Amino acid sequence: MTALSKSWERAVVPLFILATWEVFSRSGFLPAALLPAPSVVLHTWGDWIFGFDETSQGNTGRWLADALSSATRVAAGYGIAVVSGVALGIAIGWWRWVERTVEPTLQMLRPVPPVSWIPLAIIWFGIANKPAIFLVFLGAFFPILMNTIHGVKTADRNLIRAASMMGATEQQLLRHVVFPAALPSIFAGLRIGIGAAWMLTVTAEMVAVKSGLGYVLWDSYYFLRYDLVLAAMASIGLLGYATDALIKVLMSAALHWQHGSTLQSREG
Amino acid sequence: MASIELRNITKIFRDAKRKRDLLAIDDVSLSVEKNEFLCLLGSSGCGKSTLLNMIAGFEKPTEGSVTVGGKAVDGPGADRGMVFQQANLMPWLPVWENVAFHLRLKGWRKADRRDAAQDYIDMVGLRGFENHFPAELSGGMSQRVGIARALLLNPQVILMDEPFAALDAQTKMDMQEELVAIWQKQRCTVVFVTHSVDEALVLGTRVAVMTSRPGRIRELIALDLPRPRDTTGPRFNDHKRHILNLIREEGLQQRQVAVA
Ligand SMILES: Nc1ncnc2c1ncn2[C@@H]1O[C@H](COP(=O)(O)OP(=O)(O)OP(=O)(O)O)[C@@H](O)[C@H]1O
Ligand SMILES: [Mg+2]
Repeated sequence: MTALSKSWERAVVPLFILATWEVFSRSGFLPAALLPAPSVVLHTWGDWIFGFDETSQGNTGRWLADALSSATRVAAGYGIAVVSGVALGIAIGWWRWVERTVEPTLQMLRPVPPVSWIPLAIIWFGIANKPAIFLVFLGAFFPILMNTIHGVKTADRNLIRAASMMGATEQQLLRHVVFPAALPSIFAGLRIGIGAAWMLTVTAEMVAVKSGLGYVLWDSYYFLRYDLVLAAMASIGLLGYATDALIKVLMSAALHWQHGSTLQSREG
Repeated sequence: MASIELRNITKIFRDAKRKRDLLAIDDVSLSVEKNEFLCLLGSSGCGKSTLLNMIAGFEKPTEGSVTVGGKAVDGPGADRGMVFQQANLMPWLPVWENVAFHLRLKGWRKADRRDAAQDYIDMVGLRGFENHFPAELSGGMSQRVGIARALLLNPQVILMDEPFAALDAQTKMDMQEELVAIWQKQRCTVVFVTHSVDEALVLGTRVAVMTSRPGRIRELIALDLPRPRDTTGPRFNDHKRHILNLIREEGLQQRQVAVA
């Protein structure tokens, strides 16, 4: 009951916006092509996904393929960023000498916006998946790295003492104490990183790749198909939301111990 | 052979920020025999934790040497179990995993770790809380997990830093009794830090009374009182009077130094 009424509460604002938008578009205040009504967008989107009447022309029925190629780039770039960001972050946070030798360089690269790498990325990798993956990596890497470093540095020294009292080697300390202690902070980085990853896939696809949701978005703009532009925007938003929700689920599974009030585990 | 041997220990904390060094421990020599229960008694800030940390291997003495079981201490190790002033449990592990953390490091299988932990969980009276996380425990319960964790190491030496300071009177008494029973059964050496005279007299085979900063051993008192200790008996109270006098003198001297 309450869950149902809560989901209604959540739907009120979007429904209101959609309804107003629909009425506004149909009133003829603006040319219909400039601001397609939600119903029109939905229709085009439907055709893009299921291919029933070719309103989306060449894109008809190709949504899944487009979404998959964007998602693959996100997964590849983000995956590389997660592995390297967490590993390097732990090394920088733990060993002073790594921090001294590596960190200044990274801190200098960090303020350079990932998009400004596009020209070099195209020269190095050509027009295909690779420059997009590279950009996604750049966007996700730094938030993950910074948050991992922070998590390691703020790990409780007393827990490290407790573990070494029980005979932990340095490697065991990193694995059994430092990593779990840094995990809340790492997850914060992962969530910022996934947002950056979607942003940069779409940007890369608008410039350097000939497939994916970002490409459809930009291509439709050239063909004045604003209904498709909007459908692409909605698709990206939806996928970004879904991946973030997935990370949130992983996070609450991995960090369930943080909630002092969990009742799931009584008796042994 | 003595179990723990401190020879002319001096500890200076260098304070780079304030450009002032702090003499925390000044020329302390002490030897603790095997199977002894030594209580370190002293006021707050006199260097009790520092001394314990040097035996545990977390801190290095500025001068002097520490040996445990004949071997020079050069770092922490599982031969010396420590119960910390704060429990210091891994918040992401349930009680039984915290207790069996040492076995996880040794690569034991989960089922075996679980079995081994159970004995110690029962010993400290936490049956039924095996799967609780530290955030779900009270302060006293956390402290007991810390004790179980140190006991599971089955160490020759147990170092305890005011482990019962946060407990209520009843729980404290139960835990003290439990600790004495464990010590008698496991035949280990205990160094127990406290600032409670009563606690030292209830537990120890010897009491080392420390001076205020810099920390020195003021007097070593052997207690040949029968157990369980009668806290109302005349001999108990003779010792208590004597120690309180020492502490009072110490306080007076400190104040005179401050005035001068
Ligand atoms: N890491 C450190 N760096 C600098 N000074 C320290 C450090 N650890 C302890 N000290 C100083 O050494 C002195 C002794 O500290 P210690 O923690 O050993 O006292 P204690 O006897 O355990 O006190 P309490 O009963 O309050 O726990 C204190 O004056 C403290 O300020
Ligand atoms: Mg202390």
